[in-house]
Amino acid sequence: MSNRRQLITYLFLILLGIIMIYPLLFLFSASFKSNEEIFSSISLLPKELASVTFEAFRNGWQGVGKYGFSTFFTNSFLITVPVVIVTIISSSCVAYGFARFKFPYKKLLFTLMISTIMLPSTIIMIPSYILFKNFGWLNTYMPFWIPALLGSDAYFIFMFLQFFRSIPRELDESAIIDGCNRLKIFTKIILPLSKPAIISAGIFKFIWTWNSFVEPLIYINSVSKYTVALGLKMSIDTQGGEVMWNEMMAMSCLAIIPPAIIFFVAQKYFVEGISTSGLKG
Amino acid sequence: MKIKASRYEKKDYIGYLFLLPWIIGFLLFKFYPFLMSFYYSFTDFNMINPPELIGLKNFIKIFTTDADFYQSLKVTLIYTTFSVPVKLIFALFIAMVLSMKLKGINIFRTIYYLPSILGGSVAVSILWKFLFMRQGLVNKILSYLTIGPIDFLGDPDVALYTISMLSVWQFGSSMVLFLAALKNVPGELYEAAAVDGAGKLRTFFKITIPMITPIILFNLIMQTINTLQTFTSALVITNGGPVKSTYLYGMMLYEEAFQFMNMGYASALSWILFIIIIGLTAAIFKFSSYWTFYEDGGDF
Repeated sequence: MSNRRQLITYLFLILLGIIMIYPLLFLFSASFKSNEEIFSSISLLPKELASVTFEAFRNGWQGVGKYGFSTFFTNSFLITVPVVIVTIISSSCVAYGFARFKFPYKKLLFTLMISTIMLPSTIIMIPSYILFKNFGWLNTYMPFWIPALLGSDAYFIFMFLQFFRSIPRELDESAIIDGCNRLKIFTKIILPLSKPAIISAGIFKFIWTWNSFVEPLIYINSVSKYTVALGLKMSIDTQGGEVMWNEMMAMSCLAIIPPAIIFFVAQKYFVEGISTSGLKG
Repeated sequence: MKIKASRYEKKDYIGYLFLLPWIIGFLLFKFYPFLMSFYYSFTDFNMINPPELIGLKNFIKIFTTDADFYQSLKVTLIYTTFSVPVKLIFALFIAMVLSMKLKGINIFRTIYYLPSILGGSVAVSILWKFLFMRQGLVNKILSYLTIGPIDFLGDPDVALYTISMLSVWQFGSSMVLFLAALKNVPGELYEAAAVDGAGKLRTFFKITIPMITPIILFNLIMQTINTLQTFTSALVITNGGPVKSTYLYGMMLYEEAFQFMNMGYASALSWILFIIIIGLTAAIFKFSSYWTFYEDGGDF
């Protein structure tokens, strides 16, 4: 490629990159500005260093009612961390079943499993709500934990399945000769070799669960159990005439920090993960 | 009988044990709700009284007297037919640029992908609301260029497109899939085309596009299904307004079900959406047989 064309390509990529990332950088910088300054300047840097303020964080963190963002963050972690762990366990286990065993109706079960990826969530939303209500699970985190434990996200089963297919069967066979049973093969051989798949499933599930809004909105109704997403929505709704935008920006900024950190730490796996199975977004 | 016994060695039934979590989960949280939503759609279920069968009344009401239904359906179809193609064309274009061998290309990949991670969240919806307000940042920038101000969120003709742009901004995951697909196109094909003297445009339409059609199809279907159901951004940014110009179908469904507790009616609404989704997916598939190409000859 000629130098000139290369230069034009870089210029284009940088310009687009700025457009892509500018809103997020602005979110970050606005968190340190006063409510007046947010509106008065488009600059990412504050007017002078002395005008940098942490007030928006302090005030925003208090929330608007009895419960503040320390509660909401704790709740979000309380939902997300167990969900990530049980999703990895259940979906790898099911994927192992599909990958290494022959049994009647396997093809039918596999087709059903894959078709649930395409099943719109809106169609089962209402009966699921009623089911959880009958179980007495409303306003608890069970509607998040239990379906995850029972392999509700077929994406991840599929993701693990694709990965297990790349692990040579000879390893299994030699382990059988050494006297391993199937469970042992799974836990001692397959899983340790599947770190990339485990990590990418874990980060996907973390970010999706962390960002999820509709499910908490439906299943959780007391403010003390609100997640960060619900807390944010409540804060912006209850601010009447004048919205304290700097506080909203500060809390939004904090809300995206956990998924952003995970993304940057694990982005190598992330991009790999989405190109082998990635469906969402 | 004998053949069957040898095909399934006895120990392989253990496979069911590994599948057990999913089988229970499928029956309880997918299959049962699926059947029940069909049943509820023919009832007057409102969470107070036990559901009572009322035949087609919900559907008749939806189609004959519910103006919100037509409005939200219209809004949703515009939203989907705008944001999905724009997003995919953009994703493919950027993927083509990023597949060039340039130094530091991974940095751009990361930057372009980041909005996809955060984009569906309430936090980013709040940011979007701020950026596109009347006094917001975008109008501020436009004023330097002596344009505007544009009432991005208050003008019924514009608001839906403002929200669509949030969805387009998250083109990253489609882009990554396109990147993977582009990598798999055999280089010899391009060499052969170059030898034959094919131009850039011709190579693109005769080689690149045909070779990645399965991924185009996959992206198109998944994005369509997801987009038809979303409403978080519209709920946070405009709450369906102004004058219901961003009243997405998912939002109407949510309100009917969980604010007015019209579970039967909302189930009927969800089945209409489901049928639309199936219809569109089938149409995309059918249409795709004219333009998709599989190296192994097909059988998707």
